[in-house]
Amino acid sequence: MARARPEPVQVVKQRRDAALSALVEGVPYVRFLGIDFDRRGDELTGVLHFSEKLIGNPMLPAIHGGVTAAFLEVTSIISLSWVYLWPDIESGALDLSEVTPLTMPRLPKTIGFTVDYLRTGLPRDAYARATVTRQGRRYASVRAEAWQDNRDKLFAQGSGHFLMPPAVSVADD
Amino acid sequence: MSEKTELAQQFIHALPHARELGLKITRLGAGYAEMTMPYDERLVGDPQTGVLHGGAVSTVIDTCCGTAVMSHPDARGITATIDLRIEYMRAATPGQSIVARATCHHITRNVAFVEATAVDDDTEVPVARASGSFTVGEA
Repeated sequence: MARARPEPVQVVKQRRDAALSALVEGVPYVRFLGIDFDRRGDELTGVLHFSEKLIGNPMLPAIHGGVTAAFLEVTSIISLSWVYLWPDIESGALDLSEVTPLTMPRLPKTIGFTVDYLRTGLPRDAYARATVTRQGRRYASVRAEAWQDNRDKLFAQGSGHFLMPPAVSVADD
Repeated sequence: MSEKTELAQQFIHALPHARELGLKITRLGAGYAEMTMPYDERLVGDPQTGVLHGGAVSTVIDTCCGTAVMSHPDARGITATIDLRIEYMRAATPGQSIVARATCHHITRNVAFVEATAVDDDTEVPVARASGSFTVGEA
């Protein structure tokens, strides 16, 4: 039997980008901080676009530690949601192209989050990636790293535990 | 409001992000600070319920902890967070202000240790609990 023809590239991109923007743009606080996400296949990179209102210490100046913590937490939640929703987005079981902020899927809830501050957050854009280290039916664990000019020089790292939304179709390991 | 609290409030007001969130120092003691953050729709994390995002709660806690460190008699100058761990115990009730209280319970030449809680109108069960360490003197 012939293999099904791969979908046209623009169909794949449109579906994935619509799903990602539905998850990200529905959250007022994510817009307030100026965070969006770059996507390469299923890999996400959070981008914190610098603005003056993010400054915590005007003398240095430096990004507020709370903003850094929030950036890592937002990147963790979106990346975790992306990982667990991905199979349903790809299969077509979940269509996020028409959702509004009021009908978007429930996101995981943070149980606890720890942030290590390694360097001053400079007044420029910052980037972050998160890795889901354990994903279960009820709980998930995520690590995240944030950097600015140099990928190898992290300015902050974080790790957290999350409560998954009810009725996700993922088996606990 | 005491003169010291007012001076500290002026300092906080000079921090752009703290000003943006409307953070206010409501009490200040030796190694103790209380800070409020008014409810703001821009800070919502769940559009379906209007519950504030954890990141905003982290920010008021972090700022409050730093203020508690700087108000400690043995502190020298400004401080920076080394690490901060936050437990989110329940959702903050939409429409209510967050009140953070932080205590610097130990300070050395180089490091200050801080614990904090955040509540809304219901002061029985905290919204969040936190502990962290902060720099002392030159960051």
